[in-house]
Amino acid sequence: MTETTEQPAVNPKKLLFLNRKAPYGSSLPREALDAVLMASAFGQQVTLVFLGDGVFQLKTQQDPSEIEMKNFSKTFAALELYGVSSIFVEQSSLQKRGLTLDQLLIPAKLIQSHELTELLEEQDQVMSF
Amino acid sequence: MIFSLAVYGAPFSCQASDSAYQFACALLEQGHRLHRVFFYHDGVYNGSTLATPPQDERNIPTSWSQLAEEHELDLVICVAAGLRRGMLDATEADRYEKPAHNLEQGFTLSGLGQLVEAAMISDRMITFGN
Repeated sequence: MTETTEQPAVNPKKLLFLNRKAPYGSSLPREALDAVLMASAFGQQVTLVFLGDGVFQLKTQQDPSEIEMKNFSKTFAALELYGVSSIFVEQSSLQKRGLTLDQLLIPAKLIQSHELTELLEEQDQVMSF
Repeated sequence: MIFSLAVYGAPFSCQASDSAYQFACALLEQGHRLHRVFFYHDGVYNGSTLATPPQDERNIPTSWSQLAEEHELDLVICVAAGLRRGMLDATEADRYEKPAHNLEQGFTLSGLGQLVEAAMISDRMITFGN
């Protein structure tokens, strides 16, 4: 195993991570969060967007212990320590699932789908999970 | 233009691996540079040397391996995602005292930092799968 710890000497890039899946039906959300933390450790300008069933990742009071899964939602608290504050939840995705911002684990901003288009256009890369 | 690809889909299960491979061939043919192919999530199975499809079907791990040799590509399997799913090189098999290793020639195990570095270096980062 060779882990790269050296950071390439280039300017930080705007990386947007699109989270589209519910937290425990697939390992992709947990793997996405690992990638997000790595990108912030590399000093990149990280933005998170939760879309569709992805909004369930931020729901408070998750307890997947009975299906023998780790509750990785606690790791979202680390985002603040990593300086990631650009976190958006797509408004209609949240509404359709009967959720409100105060039921989410971390402070997030609501974004409308037409605003999301603009946000995506501003990015250097979109990492889709 | 500098490209990198992220592959999340398992070979032979969904179109992601084939699409990624064909995209890689097309961009190289057109004279672009392929900085890295990063295999994450179920994409790690693209590197299994034990994949044994029927002889009249394409062998995706072998295809990647040949492409890597022709173009000196960097094919990286995420070590954490790979170990979970049983993708081991000789070093990891030794470390975890496993009876075998199964990494196809041309692939390496490395950390998630390689995905982020690829996103930083490349003009285009294209995701395949899920």
